[in-house]
Amino acid sequence: MSRSTSTRRAPILAIYATVVFAFIYLPIVVLILYSFNRDGVGGFPPSHLTLDWYRQLFTDGPIWDSVLNSLLVASGAVALSLTVGLLAALALDRASFPGKALFRRLVLLPLILPGIITGLSLLMFVVLSGAQLSLFTVFLGHGTALISVATTELFAGLQKSDRAQEEASLDLGATPWQTFWRITLPNLRLALVAAGLLIFTLSMDEIAVTFFLIGRDNTLPLEIWGRLRRGITPEINAVSTLVFAVSVVLIIVWYRIRMRSVGTEAQQLPERP
Amino acid sequence: MSSAPILQPTSADANAPLLEVRAIAKRFGTRDVLKNISLNIASGELLTLLGESGSGKTTLLRLIAGFEQPTAGEIWMSGERLDVLPPYKRRVNTVFQNYALFPHLHVRDNVAYGLRVQSVPKNEIAGRVDDALKMVKMVEFAGARPSRLSGGQQQRIALARALVNRPQLLLLDEPLSALDASLRKQMQSELKALQREIGITFLFVTHDQEEAMALSDRIALLRDGALEQVASPREIYAHPATAYTAEFIGQTNLLRGEICRSIATCGVLRWPLEEADAPARFSLRPEAIRLCPDGRRQTNEVKFRASVRQQIYGGASELLEVDCGADQLLRVRLPACGPLTGEHDFVFSIADAIRVAD
Repeated sequence: MSRSTSTRRAPILAIYATVVFAFIYLPIVVLILYSFNRDGVGGFPPSHLTLDWYRQLFTDGPIWDSVLNSLLVASGAVALSLTVGLLAALALDRASFPGKALFRRLVLLPLILPGIITGLSLLMFVVLSGAQLSLFTVFLGHGTALISVATTELFAGLQKSDRAQEEASLDLGATPWQTFWRITLPNLRLALVAAGLLIFTLSMDEIAVTFFLIGRDNTLPLEIWGRLRRGITPEINAVSTLVFAVSVVLIIVWYRIRMRSVGTEAQQLPERP
Repeated sequence: MSSAPILQPTSADANAPLLEVRAIAKRFGTRDVLKNISLNIASGELLTLLGESGSGKTTLLRLIAGFEQPTAGEIWMSGERLDVLPPYKRRVNTVFQNYALFPHLHVRDNVAYGLRVQSVPKNEIAGRVDDALKMVKMVEFAGARPSRLSGGQQQRIALARALVNRPQLLLLDEPLSALDASLRKQMQSELKALQREIGITFLFVTHDQEEAMALSDRIALLRDGALEQVASPREIYAHPATAYTAEFIGQTNLLRGEICRSIATCGVLRWPLEEADAPARFSLRPEAIRLCPDGRRQTNEVKFRASVRQQIYGGASELLEVDCGADQLLRVRLPACGPLTGEHDFVFSIADAIRVAD
């Protein structure tokens, strides 16, 4: 019964899916195409392909400054959110304390909170504390907003790890501190790399929170946004294409690492008595 | 933990137990997992904690290792209170049920782990790791990852990793349960030989009574968190204290009856017994019953007539189920006797009917 229904529905579903995917990806394809179009934006289909816009891009100082700023902020955000997120994940997995359920929800809240709320509240905090808006405040904003991502990813990693190994370490004379560095952390390394990549990618193209906290130095997304107010230039298409390519690579690496950690777990399960 | 070379402690009193479990109780929530356990383990002994799953044997092991805290009671080892120390300060090592080898370390580094974290000098570590690998015959696997080893090999590495630290007491949590039957038998005899050779005290947890009988100097039988009986395998088999013990260790016939005016009566069986009048239960091992072809019994024997209901051939011996009348069935183990049918006379010695508590 259900099989025949699904066969009958299949063509409609296929068309629907194609339309949705086209809606999402066609603009990206057009953007990539235009980045190679000699006539820049407009003139479809592109008549003459060229790498001129990329050449222009590589000599554009402000763009590269903003790329460097974004890399700095993203690296810092990865370090900050992984450190704090690991501690939070450990607390959620290992400790039992009053208010744990509330703590869990509070930690995960930024995941569903609109970026505009997070950004606005962080801006108010920075202004009240009398600090100057700068890349450092952007780094703090990204780092704290992404703690929830780090916590969920690392908590999942901790849940999968074998507690008997930590007991074995203590049993063999290692202190809890030694056990953390020699057993817990190495066992988490896949989850750490996966979470790090994800956070890096999210931070690289973050706009909402950044918008409120930015000082004089732009990150790449804000630099692009700023230039767009003066009209779309083919150079923007070129840089967007590069960002897209790097993001795709990072997401694929992240996904593979994640699958590998899940895959090894699936292999180990049947061996358990 | 001190990094000084560790010597076996010389106890002033040679008979003092290595480990003393004093009135230990453990409660998880509202469940009493262990109730008032007191148990001594002598130095060099191989003691088995035997019990069904849920009897509390693994919990007792984890209390001694330090992974759980007792609700009441104390644990002492060589004159030192153990239960207040964290696991890493106890001269106790564990072989875990699923081995818990470190997957990211090679076999050699797994074995060296305990020595490294305790800052044993490097040149000493190499020698001790080699010795430990030799002891379990795994030298050629030193560079392998644990995931590449078979279950039996992982088991050996887990053993070497624990023993390299020269513990006073080695805890083994059902270490053979993941192995197949033939490998299990082989590891049993290897474990026993190894324990003799190195003289380290073993506390072995298992639910397999045959394994317990084969390995142990003494067996501590746990039931619902309480000790049912602690004795040598021979003693616990020949003189089970309770009906539970008699049935758990080997096969037996549990006879229910009463003692009245110095006569024990269990169904159709009766024999003289100089004990106070009371209801009573007896354990009578199947092999204590013999055929009595000439129909004549000694004065200290009980004779009965029974018909053979079922006969199971077992090579060296045969197991019969016989009906003594009034639906009283007994199991009888005879040396290979050929097919047997119809009614026969059987005897058993009165001394073999062991009175057991409920």
